[in-house]
Order: sequence, then structure tokens, then C-alpha cells
Amino acid sequence: MSLFTGVRVAITGGTSGLGLALVDELHRHEARVAFVARGRERVERIAAAHPGAYGIVGDVSSKDAIYPMALQILGALGGLDILINNASDLGPVPLAQLGDTECEDFERALATNVVGPFRLTKALLGALAASARNGSGAVVVNVSSDAAVNAYPAWGAYSASKAALGHMTRIWDTELAAEGIRFLSIDPGDMDTPMHTLAVPDANPAELKRPETAARQLLDAIAEALHGQVTPAGLETIAVESEVM
Amino acid sequence: MTSAKLLFVSADGQLRHLARDAFVGLLRPSDLVVANDAATLPASLHGVHVPTGEAIEVRLAGWDGGNWHDPFRFTAIVFGSGDYRTRTEDRPLPPPLAPGDPIRLGSLSATITNVLRHPRLVSLRFNHSHDAIWRGLAGHGRPIQYAHAAAPLVLWDVWTRIAAAPVAFEPPSAGFALSWHMLSKMRARGIRFATITHAAGISSTGDEALDQQLPFDEPYEIPIATARAIAHTRVRGGRVVAIGTTVVRALEHASIGDGNVRAGRGIATEHINAGSRLVVADALLSGIHEPGTSHYDLLRAFADDSTLDLADQAVHSSAYRAHEFGDSIFIERVQPDLPIRVMRAPEASAMIVSC
Repeated sequence: MSLFTGVRVAITGGTSGLGLALVDELHRHEARVAFVARGRERVERIAAAHPGAYGIVGDVSSKDAIYPMALQILGALGGLDILINNASDLGPVPLAQLGDTECEDFERALATNVVGPFRLTKALLGALAASARNGSGAVVVNVSSDAAVNAYPAWGAYSASKAALGHMTRIWDTELAAEGIRFLSIDPGDMDTPMHTLAVPDANPAELKRPETAARQLLDAIAEALHGQVTPAGLETIAVESEVM
Repeated sequence: MTSAKLLFVSADGQLRHLARDAFVGLLRPSDLVVANDAATLPASLHGVHVPTGEAIEVRLAGWDGGNWHDPFRFTAIVFGSGDYRTRTEDRPLPPPLAPGDPIRLGSLSATITNVLRHPRLVSLRFNHSHDAIWRGLAGHGRPIQYAHAAAPLVLWDVWTRIAAAPVAFEPPSAGFALSWHMLSKMRARGIRFATITHAAGISSTGDEALDQQLPFDEPYEIPIATARAIAHTRVRGGRVVAIGTTVVRALEHASIGDGNVRAGRGIATEHINAGSRLVVADALLSGIHEPGTSHYDLLRAFADDSTLDLADQAVHSSAYRAHEFGDSIFIERVQPDLPIRVMRAPEASAMIVSC
């Protein structure tokens, strides 16, 4: 039995990369998992491979999708202890300088990386606060990037959206710490994921972090936030933004 | 929300018109505010009565068996063709319904298991897995609509800020008065906050005979943390302030007689009215209710009829809004010197299950 056994977790972007690794890891820990992704076929396949996990077909960038998503998460899990806003959009692909970025690509990055997490968090806030009041604790993780703090050329849409997400995370945390809800902005590092391949097609996968490793480190950070436990392994490679700043 | 009004009815029968934002100022530092954190289901499902092929609207209205952890069986009200733009009073009856009839509601299929005390009132069972039911409700269900609403309601309209468990059929609307800012202000003043979950049922069917049976039995759950917070409040000499009539019903049903409550699940079966002796709820923030409704009857447990008559005149003369998203009344319970009468039906008390 682990710290995550029976804990109710929702993950967006749960069918590839870090999200899928989190679903795998949490399922292994016997957490109760609901995950969201846009592609029905992948959602169904990954749900079937993780008996007990609840797959939701939905797009976090769509306003109309958020409450049906929240309803299914809360109905299927009977509440929520941890929300991981992991789904991300790069903006233009291939990456482009801001002056070459189409407005629609910029808007889509903001919709997926900032507005979507805002809406979903807001819809689930009551459940998270209930979990905190009842002693289970509550954590929201917003998956960030070093691009949120560094000005890399051609990463403008993604960077700006992740910077906004990071700042929103700090404000959520300030406003709701007294309710017992912790908000973490976590940079998992450069991982060998489909998204990274889209962004940097010529990267050497051998030099990138495995998403499974990042998932374990992220769960260590959540465990520390939930239980105040010191988890020495790996945390130094994760930038919890409040520590970076 | 900032423009909402609040009528304050104090324990000594005085009335004051306030802005609803003033609510926190009426509380005392030792008080405990208890709200219903139920989220509202998309309980209206349009579909087809398979044997006749006729269009129907099913409004889920209660948990058949009283257990929301088993989302397969519901009590439901069935309408014939049409939608919310026709007043429910004017909606046609559904085709004749019989046990065993299949119905199709979007991606969901269900079977009528019983026709209850009225041709509109049935129990039904969904023929799907737990997960598929949630998927079907999310995809096809809509919140129960109101003819008075300017635009069709969607889920974000009917979830309060603190909505957590999707178990209510209509919103626990008194909770619309709460905001996270208000909870922060309460905390800063030493006022504690706790929640229960109560599966608020429908408030009106538009059918007089059916409305006589409201509210249906409503399951609730009181967390251990809330029972403890109430016990702590008693020790501190504070008041238990209920946000909404559903909270009053749950807390009084779970009363263990000394102002405290038992944690766990139960089914609130009793009707609270002028003859009820409240032992847990010391004050109530509620919506504006019309005399003659079950919600108004509950107010009569807090104040005498002459005070409530004055309050009723005040809300009418000042044009308070009486619908689900309208204004509020905050009413303190008159402290009578009557002996405590336990109001719970004996058979109902057996339904309380400790956590």
C-alpha cells in the first residue's frame, strides 16, 4: 500500500508522454484515476489497459467541455484529492518566432495551457476544498516548463502561456492555502515525449528524461505537499516554481 | 451577486433590509456556517418511450433506494413532448407507462421498474455500467430548466462555488450566496465553515398532486469533520448557521439530541414545519420562499407566524426575487423554552449509518 492507494486523481492529457506515465504510475499505486484526452480511440485503449481507470474524451480548451468533464471526474471518483493539469499545446508547429506566429495558434496555446486549467480548476475547487476539509488534503499541479521563465526564441506562444499558468498557480496558492488546497507549478524537465519531438525534432532521445522518471518525481512532490514528507530522491531535478523564484 | 438583497429576521423578530454581502457581518466569531456541497446533476434527459415511439422528457428527481453511490436507480418524473419553454403546468402527460417499458435517452437506455403514485412518477433503472451512466449523463443530460430563465441553463449556472458531489437534482440554491471571498472573510473573523452533502430534490413539478408529495426522501452524508465542528461550536457557545433548507433537514435528522449530530449517511424523511422543534440549526440563510411551499413551512420552525407574515410583507413590498438565483433571507431561530421534542420518525433513525 502506498501513499496514493485509494487517492482520487484527475489528469488531463493522460494518453501520451508525462500524462500517460502518471496514469501508469498512479494505477500501479492503486490510486483512483480519471484521465482526459481528446482522442476517443486512445482514451478507450488506455482505459482498457488500466482496469478501474476512468477515461474521458474531452478537450480542455473547449469551454463547453469543462463541466461535463468535471461531472464525470466527480461522479466516477466520488470526489477529488489531486488535479494534474498536464495537457499542453505548443502553439505553432513547427515552433515560430512571435512575429511569425498566427494569432489562432497563440490563442490555442492560451486556451489549452491557461484558460482550460483555470476553468477546470474552478469547476473542481469545491470538491478539492471538501477533500481538504475532510482531512484528505488537496493538491493541484500545473505542469510548467523552464520556458515559463527563460526567453527562448521561437517558444513565444508556449512560453507566454506557461508563464501565465505559473503566475496563476502562485495566486491560487496564496488565495486558497487557508482552505487547505496546495497549488504546485512543476517543471518536469525535457522529456522524451511526442510533444518534445514536435518541438525539437532533432533532439537526441538518449539525452532526454524518461517520462516515467518525471512522473515519479512529480508524485514525490505531490506526496510532500500532501503529507509534508521529505522525499529526497529526484526532487532536485524538478523545479517547483515557488522555489525557483 | 453583489446586487442581491438580504432580509435579516433576528431572533427578537426585528427585520432589516441589507445587501447580501452584509451576511458575514451578521455572524459571530464563534459561529459555524454549514453549507450543502452537492453539485447539481444534468437531470433532464430527452428521449423516446420505446413501446410507443413517443417523445418524452425524463427528469431524474430522487435516488431510488436512497443511495447515490449506486447511480443505477432513480425516481423520475416523466413529461410528454415539449420542453421547458412550456410551463410545466401545461406540459402533456407522457404516454401510458408500465413496468418493464424500455426508454431511450441519448446514449443511455433504461427500463421503467415501477409506476408510482402518479402517471408522471416512476422508478427506473439504467442498463449500463457505473462509468457509462456518468458518460451518458455528461453527454446528454441538461440541468432541469426553468421557464423564467432568460436562456437555457448549463451546468456552470447551477453549480455553487462549493459544489463537490454531483448528487442534487436541482441546485442547493442558498449556496449561491457563498463565494471564496466570503469564506476568507469568515475565516478572518474566526467563523468556521463546514459542509454536508444533501441530494437536494426538485422543488416543484408543476403538478399539484405531485407537489403535495415534495420533498421526496433525500439522502445526505455528514462528514466526521463536520460533526466534530458542530460539537466544537457547542463547546465554544457558538451558533450553527445553516445555508439552505437542505442543511437544516439533514442536521436535524442526524441530531443526537444535545445540539450535536451523528456523522454518516441518512435519509431525511421528515417535513419540518411550525410544529417541529429544531435542536441543531440556530439560524438559516435561505432563498425567498412563497407561503404554502415546503421550504416556507420549514421557516416556520425558526420564527412564529406573525414574524413570518411581516417578513413576507417586507419581501413583497421591496420586490425581493424569489427564484433559485434570487435574493436571500437570514433568519435566527427564536429560542423557545419548550421541552425538546425529537422530531425524527423512529423508522428513519435506523437509516443513519455511522462512518
